[in-house]
Amino acid sequence: MNLTEQLVALQIVVPLLSAPVVALLRPRWLAWAATTAASATAFAIAIAIALGVREGRAFGYQMGSWPAPYGIELAVDPFSAVLLLIITGASTFALLGGRLSVDTQIEQQRQPLFYAAWLLGLAGLAGIAASADAFNIFVFMEISSLASYVLIAGGPDRRALPSVFKYLIMGTVGATFYLIGVGLIYMMTGTLNLADMELRIHEVGDQSPILVAAGFITVGLALKAAVFPLHAWLPNAYTYAPHAVTVFLAACATKVALYILLRFDFVVFQQNLIGHDVKFSYFLMPLAVLAILVASGMAAFERNLKRLLAYSSVAQIGYIMLGASLVNHAGLTASIVHIFNHSLAKGTLFLAVACLAMRLDSLRLDGIAGAARNMPWTMAAFVVGGLSLIGIPGTAGFISKWYLIAAVLGEGPLGFLLVAAIVISSLLAVVYVWRVVETAYFQSPPDGAVPAREAPPEMLILTWTAALLNVYFGFASDLPLSLSSAASALLMGHLP
Amino acid sequence: MIIVFAVFLLTLLVITAVAVVRTENLFVAVMLMAIFSLLMAANFFILDAADVALTEAAVGAGVTTVIFLGALALTAEKERSRLTGRGLALGVVAVTVLVLIYATFDKPRLGDPEAPVHQHVAPWYLEQTPELIGIPNVVTAVLASYRGYDTLGEVFVVFAACIGVLFLLGAPPPKRTTPRPAATSGLRHHLVPQVVGRLLVPFIVLFGLYVQFHGEYGPGGGFQAGAIIATGLILHALLEGEKASIRAIPRGALFGMVVGGALLYGFVGVLGMLLGGNFLDYSVLHSDPVKGQQYGIIAIEAGVGIAVCGALMSIFHAFAARD
Repeated sequence: MNLTEQLVALQIVVPLLSAPVVALLRPRWLAWAATTAASATAFAIAIAIALGVREGRAFGYQMGSWPAPYGIELAVDPFSAVLLLIITGASTFALLGGRLSVDTQIEQQRQPLFYAAWLLGLAGLAGIAASADAFNIFVFMEISSLASYVLIAGGPDRRALPSVFKYLIMGTVGATFYLIGVGLIYMMTGTLNLADMELRIHEVGDQSPILVAAGFITVGLALKAAVFPLHAWLPNAYTYAPHAVTVFLAACATKVALYILLRFDFVVFQQNLIGHDVKFSYFLMPLAVLAILVASGMAAFERNLKRLLAYSSVAQIGYIMLGASLVNHAGLTASIVHIFNHSLAKGTLFLAVACLAMRLDSLRLDGIAGAARNMPWTMAAFVVGGLSLIGIPGTAGFISKWYLIAAVLGEGPLGFLLVAAIVISSLLAVVYVWRVVETAYFQSPPDGAVPAREAPPEMLILTWTAALLNVYFGFASDLPLSLSSAASALLMGHLP
Repeated sequence: MIIVFAVFLLTLLVITAVAVVRTENLFVAVMLMAIFSLLMAANFFILDAADVALTEAAVGAGVTTVIFLGALALTAEKERSRLTGRGLALGVVAVTVLVLIYATFDKPRLGDPEAPVHQHVAPWYLEQTPELIGIPNVVTAVLASYRGYDTLGEVFVVFAACIGVLFLLGAPPPKRTTPRPAATSGLRHHLVPQVVGRLLVPFIVLFGLYVQFHGEYGPGGGFQAGAIIATGLILHALLEGEKASIRAIPRGALFGMVVGGALLYGFVGVLGMLLGGNFLDYSVLHSDPVKGQQYGIIAIEAGVGIAVCGALMSIFHAFAARD
């Protein structure tokens, strides 16, 4: 067997088939080790694929050797390569850094099942990113969604259950809407393969089932991606999930839904539905601006650290949508770079939160007062992640903000308004990051609290690696930029 | 004639759906859901989708009803409070329905041979299957081979659901203040159901095996067979009590079936890779590609059946045995 030809399949098969094995493994450290090994292998494969894609190699794969559209096709282009990097990277970092956190939050005997669900989540998300088949995407969406409900519900706080129930209902509605849309398109074109769909949808592009399908797919995926105002499920789900799970899912889960949204829209709809680009902008741009402003404002007033970061995620999804809603090369590039950079920043921040949670009882702001005295390394990593989130020069976040502002300014007078929104939101980000920093550095710990110790070294190492990656990609932004630019060119290439 | 049937069934379907939403008694809702599934199965059947109808009848009307009842036994029978925000929910549903109705304006007529779905991939499947795979049931060929990767995914959906239930119900329950009534040992004291049920169990399991092994020739396959066999085993558990059922097939064995079934499917896929084909390429399993396809399909269908049966039984026990 030729390994390079099989890479794309192995990307999904390795984590997927490891899941049942992990479910049987005892003792718990073995389950963790096997999960981490599978995730790290997937990460290595994703890196190999990304490097190959950057050199212009195409990664296609025909499942069961059946030619598309009769069989299912996998295809990795620069856009999916970015997503695969984020998904497998986030999972690997969260597993390496989160072992001790999982130990404190989940009972020993339940850990093998927990890690099996983790691998299913990883395989599901990677399967979505690599697939070129509309129904296959749905199948892997089901796998990843079910797994993430299980993972979030694993939190020791009982409030995880109602919040995950809300997520389950919303997520199921979103997935069903997507399926209805795909069904309607299948009815009119007789195909499920995205590339084939693009060709065959052209002659029926003005008929009612296709128009309705475009609506259902967009709304359904927006719900899964927590696009404002459909984000109601996200803050509590992130807040009550086990900390390691928050690191994993906050870094990549909503972005995968955004990825399919963009891919479906640009590949299938944009050139075939009359005036679709204009409608896409009209609908998404106001929502993106609202998300940026409202969610940043909510974060500025939030007192629970994890929920604060979750609201900030809703705002960041707004940035990504804003770039895409410009429907031009610069905007999409900014969007995709931001998908990458925000994963880095949010991953670092939630890893630091997991460190804090190891030693502190409460993650409310008053609970972390004075934490920097006892946990200087953790808080310093948090600050680096926070700077990247705000977009300070020298961090990854700056790169994507810079590209986004440049893209937006190309829009003429409207651009200045959009820039104003971005600047206001960045200032709000300064406010909410500063509130955390101020509380941790300059307030005294609550009276009578036992002085906390610094987080365990193995967690700190991972948190700092993630933090330093933020700085690294702030200077050496070549890899994400070249991939994003290629991805954007590819998506724009589908436009007439 | 088929139109009359379809309209009749669809009308009943709407009535049942409204009744499910309106009733406040959860037990009634569960029973109505079973009726809903059965009507749905009938609908699928008159649309000539016999495979789907069989699945819907076994899973929707059979197993899920029992699992719902098991869940109800852990909670209460009555809905406690009306949800707020009904107006908004009704509004969203109304808009969705109107949009869906609009979507039907330009849709091809039911059964139109010129419809796009009958013009593109479907004719290729019908023409090529006898030659490439050599089995009469093209639906099985599509599910198990052409789109076998989707079916693998579905098996892992079932697996995810199973570990999800075991993970959540495996949590240490909160301390209970009032003692629960002593567990009943099935329907042991009810003579008629027991005698009739005991007679039925072996036939149900036998029918399940028939559906499993006949899937290449007629409607059926692993999903349906797994569900039907699970129904038989659940009936046994209901008649003889939880303990007897667990003694017959321990939970570890059931979970082993889930893992083993999923791995069997995956292993066949990997074997395709190792023998020089792509993942899930069965034609390399034998020197004759058509034979290889058939071997592959039989093996993965077995994996599906084992995994589905084990998963449904595990989920059932997780609810039924929780005190």
